[in-house]
Amino acid sequence: MSDVADRVKKIVVEHLGVEEDKVTENASFIDDLGADSLDTVELVMAFEEEFGCEIPDDAAEKILTVKDAIDFIEKANS
Amino acid sequence: MFDLAGKTALVTGATGGIGGEIAKVLAQAGAKVALSGTRAERLEAVAAEIGENAVVVPANLADTESVDGLIKAAEEALGGQLDILVNNAGITRDQLAMRLKDEDWQAVLDVNLTSAFKLARNSLRGMMKRRHGRVINITSIVGVTGNPGQANYAAAKAGMIGWSKSMAQEVAARGITINCVAPGFITTAMTEELGDAQKEKLLAGIPAGRMGDSKEIAAAVLFLASDEASYVTGQTLHVNGGMAMI
Repeated sequence: MSDVADRVKKIVVEHLGVEEDKVTENASFIDDLGADSLDTVELVMAFEEEFGCEIPDDAAEKILTVKDAIDFIEKANS
Repeated sequence: MFDLAGKTALVTGATGGIGGEIAKVLAQAGAKVALSGTRAERLEAVAAEIGENAVVVPANLADTESVDGLIKAAEEALGGQLDILVNNAGITRDQLAMRLKDEDWQAVLDVNLTSAFKLARNSLRGMMKRRHGRVINITSIVGVTGNPGQANYAAAKAGMIGWSKSMAQEVAARGITINCVAPGFITTAMTEELGDAQKEKLLAGIPAGRMGDSKEIAAAVLFLASDEASYVTGQTLHVNGGMAMI
């Protein structure tokens, strides 16, 4: 597993207060991890801070799963 | 009670009678206050009266760039993230609705409604992270009751109450409260210009039998800014001597 994936999952676990084994790559923040829409905004803010990148609103709207977040960040940082 | 030591605040329209008083009261309670307004010299004068707890951030809220950069500029001047935003700035372009020009409608909505919303939106990020924040919007009794000659002003002030309630629901679980204070008739340079006959007529409609003082508005703002008001959100606090009981 990549370093980005580890860090993304750690943020999700801390932020949503969910069990680590539930944070699979295909887990949806809202449907599987119990996030509400404001939680997703906060997650994006936390990712921006952790990875020092900017996630524009139109991209943020498409980040629905853990994998979406990892893919976006890996692409942004490459 | 109402100790704001260690907190930061931004007050827009701080050159006006009510805004200046709000800034003073917040600073007296211990907050470091950024004063914003269009008249830089007058801002400096208010800041000098307050002393070391005040910084000055001139801005014209009719100018989009100025609005978009204001929260950042204030945080830089304050040396930290914003805890308390007081949207007090406002303009009037009074005219009977039938004669109200498009540009006078738009100017009042831009400054009184849109810029206030944007400032609140732009300050939420830091407040959400810290799980604490206060947004206090100075609306008006006119936004609830209407007033002849003020269709634009009433619309903007009513709109302010509307977005405050929506935003309050969105961020309540993050320790952020959004409230409005609605002054009635307050003694300011503007109301001083009214003639005696006008004043008499006005006072007849106020059970308290007098106009309000800007200190009485500032006190309401101080309460809403305090930790003690943590369970009050989405509300409009009317400070009007009983002129309208809503």
